[in-house]
Amino acid sequence: MISWPLFFSQVFNGLTLGALLVLVAMGLTIVFGTLGVVNFAHGALYGLGAYAGYVAYGYTNSFVVAMAAGALCLLIVGIIIERGLIRLYYQRPAEDQILVTFGVAIILVEGMRAAFGGLARNIPAPSWAAGIVNLHVTLYPTYRIDVLAIVSASLVLLYFVLYRTRLGLIVRAGIEDQLMVNILGINVTRTFLTVFALGAMAAGFAGVINAPIVTVTPDMGADILVQSFVVVVIGGVGSFWGAVVGGLIAGEILALTAMIQPAYSQVMLFAAMALVLILRPQGLFGVEGRQ
Amino acid sequence: MTVRAARPAALARRFAPEIALIVILAILPAILPHIGGTYDIANRILDWGLFGLGFDLLFGFTGLLSFGQAAFYGAGGFVAAYFLIAPFTNNAIVALIAGTVAAAIFGVIIGYLSLRRAGIYFAMLTLAFGEMFFFLDISPLARWTGGENGVAGVPEPSLGFGLFTIDITDPGGLYWLLVVVFVVGFWVARRIVASPFGTVLRAIRENTARTAAVGHDVPKYKLTIFVIAAAYAGLAGGLLGLLQGYMPPDAFYLDTSGQLVVQTIIGGAGTLIGPLVGAAVWLYLYTLLQNIAGIGALWKMILGIIFVLLVTIFRRGLCGGAVVLWRRLRARPAPAPAVASASVKPTRAAPEPRRSTQRPPPTGPVVLATRNLTKRYGGLTAVDDVSFELREGEIRAVIGPNGAGKSTFFNMLANVIPPTSGTIEFNGDNITGLGATLVCQRGISKSFQINQIFPSLTVRDNLRIAVLARSYGKFRPSMLRAVDRDATVNAGIDAAAASVQLAERLDTPAAELAYGEKRRLEIGLALATQPQILLLDEPTAGMSPAERVDTVQLLRRIASGVTIVIVEHDMDVVFGLADRITVLFNGHKIAEDTPDAIQANPDVRAAYLGSQAAHESA
Repeated sequence: MISWPLFFSQVFNGLTLGALLVLVAMGLTIVFGTLGVVNFAHGALYGLGAYAGYVAYGYTNSFVVAMAAGALCLLIVGIIIERGLIRLYYQRPAEDQILVTFGVAIILVEGMRAAFGGLARNIPAPSWAAGIVNLHVTLYPTYRIDVLAIVSASLVLLYFVLYRTRLGLIVRAGIEDQLMVNILGINVTRTFLTVFALGAMAAGFAGVINAPIVTVTPDMGADILVQSFVVVVIGGVGSFWGAVVGGLIAGEILALTAMIQPAYSQVMLFAAMALVLILRPQGLFGVEGRQ
Repeated sequence: MTVRAARPAALARRFAPEIALIVILAILPAILPHIGGTYDIANRILDWGLFGLGFDLLFGFTGLLSFGQAAFYGAGGFVAAYFLIAPFTNNAIVALIAGTVAAAIFGVIIGYLSLRRAGIYFAMLTLAFGEMFFFLDISPLARWTGGENGVAGVPEPSLGFGLFTIDITDPGGLYWLLVVVFVVGFWVARRIVASPFGTVLRAIRENTARTAAVGHDVPKYKLTIFVIAAAYAGLAGGLLGLLQGYMPPDAFYLDTSGQLVVQTIIGGAGTLIGPLVGAAVWLYLYTLLQNIAGIGALWKMILGIIFVLLVTIFRRGLCGGAVVLWRRLRARPAPAPAVASASVKPTRAAPEPRRSTQRPPPTGPVVLATRNLTKRYGGLTAVDDVSFELREGEIRAVIGPNGAGKSTFFNMLANVIPPTSGTIEFNGDNITGLGATLVCQRGISKSFQINQIFPSLTVRDNLRIAVLARSYGKFRPSMLRAVDRDATVNAGIDAAAASVQLAERLDTPAAELAYGEKRRLEIGLALATQPQILLLDEPTAGMSPAERVDTVQLLRRIASGVTIVIVEHDMDVVFGLADRITVLFNGHKIAEDTPDAIQANPDVRAAYLGSQAAHESA
């Protein structure tokens, strides 16, 4: 029998996982919406962020520094990848873009394996977030509550950037009609660079803050990549609210099914995706007809 | 050229690639020990090659990049292994067939779901569904699949052929089994590529929208090839279990799908043999690099770097590059005369007499009619309540200033976009909402304002795609006959090429045609479906004045057999061709009459010149 505290604790687990998925999928969906590139290396960037945080934590013993290092390191890696490689692919077929980012993922994952070995690493939860909070409906680890807060704050920040700044305006315009933005004489190459780097940064940041909850391994990005694909398909590509709702739905499906029938938790997620594809192929918040 | 008699020379030519393969694979065991290979490695390479044949048909030929092939590889493998372990049978052939069929059935389900979205989504969806199979395998189905342990104890294959049985007990025997299966699989794949079905697959890769517009049922073709690729994967998966005596859960890993993609790109997509070569490179590098101290652990990263470099600067891969080189070497002496004769082409002598200003007005039956056709985009009414009738054999021009609603109206006629209200009738049947594919099958074909051709295919293959839609219908999975031996289709290609004056350019890739020739090919594609009604969207767009004169003559010749609706900005073209002219303005039909009457119509003048100017000129 499922007890109420367990139920609520799983609901919160779903929220935490969902929030992380929102952050990762947001990077994916904005990069795709603006640049037209699906980044198959997004999961690897997430893993790289976790390792960057791990290294920084090893030197400083400060979780805040680890978070900053993960974000900053991935911002730089994002810039390098966009300038060095992705830039060459804007005029090439979508399949080639997928292939090259897939290749980048292999290089990054294998690079991490070579540098850190295959063994799982761990970043402990910061001391200021140790312990357990009594939420009255259930007891819940403080760190996970903090994750929820940190991710929410990042999303609010991202929302502000997307909907209140000049860059955001260009990004949203680009999602609607890329050609028109070009014609208007806006320097899209710089916008593309910024967006790709921001997407990588979001992935890296998510990697660090999830590291105390899961373990850090070279392959940790594979599952999150697949799950964020599911989020994007459920929510609809290029949509801020699609990513938010899709991520939370995915998190809750994973957490609640795990409580009832653990063997089916991942499978249920894909079943939900199949259902969306049948009933509303463009996704919950997607616009019909956009490819 | 018909090869029916089994003359040895002709047979040898027909099966040249298979014979070459068999010779190489027969010599290989003798060489293997000297190049550090083993039967085991060779067997794995062949298994990956077989797996890759299906993937290459799907990706290399149809352009559908799937990241979920592991699902079918694993499914086929586990079903086959389970059949032998349970045991439902001890005949490996039965088990392999069961695995292949199971994979194909899963292919239908996953294909149906994944193909609901195209392009990038398709890659994401196949990847996601591939992962779903992995999770199904390791937990809910663990009772049958052994979960993370896999299925152990798969017996050595015993092939039952009814009257006799072959037992295979050593890797060498397995090698020959794999050689036979691979060569047969290769032959089947090569037949598919050379079949009418294969032609449509390439058309989909080159230009999906146009393939649908000339009347092919694209979703059905895509699903069929997806299922075929799944079947190949299932067969390869079943053989994997036999090879190892054990069916590992790794077959379902995302890495398995990824490795297949990488190997195919390295070897060369769209070559069929590429995946096999890619697998050889992968496994050979793996074995080689593993033994070098210091970089052993980096072998996969090195492969990743090679892969990224190949995708960036050498996308054709090893075999693709070899094919291009081979073609270039062979084609060297030829091009000079062909180019020369083509460049003389445009200025044609002997202009035909101009159409007499008044042809008798067409009196045939009404073939195409619209009733109160309206299209609204939000608050904007692009086409407002237009009714019109077209008689058999007529040439009708639709004109109007920019923004009059011509293109919208036209696209509704071709069923490219659905009307907000109103109906379209063709030969008395309501065809509203049928979609471009079915409408084209019924006999209305459209040529586009912006060329929608199949750029890397030859003119012949371009026209073949359109002719096939007529002679084979919207979907016919004719996979084993050679498409170039179909006399009816060939005759259709020649006729279409002749009517758009491209008979001498049949073997030129469409991308290399001059602009005017591409324009004629565009019309030729619409014409080759042998439509009853031809819709021409600005056929002379972007042409030089000389080319326009040529095109008008060409259209006039074509018009003897079909009914034509033409949208055009060039008034010389319009008044030189049309029997009657419909004038649209602000979405309304403001006039419909003979060219002479239209020229004199004050409303039309006002629409074109603004009312002010109309008054001044009056």
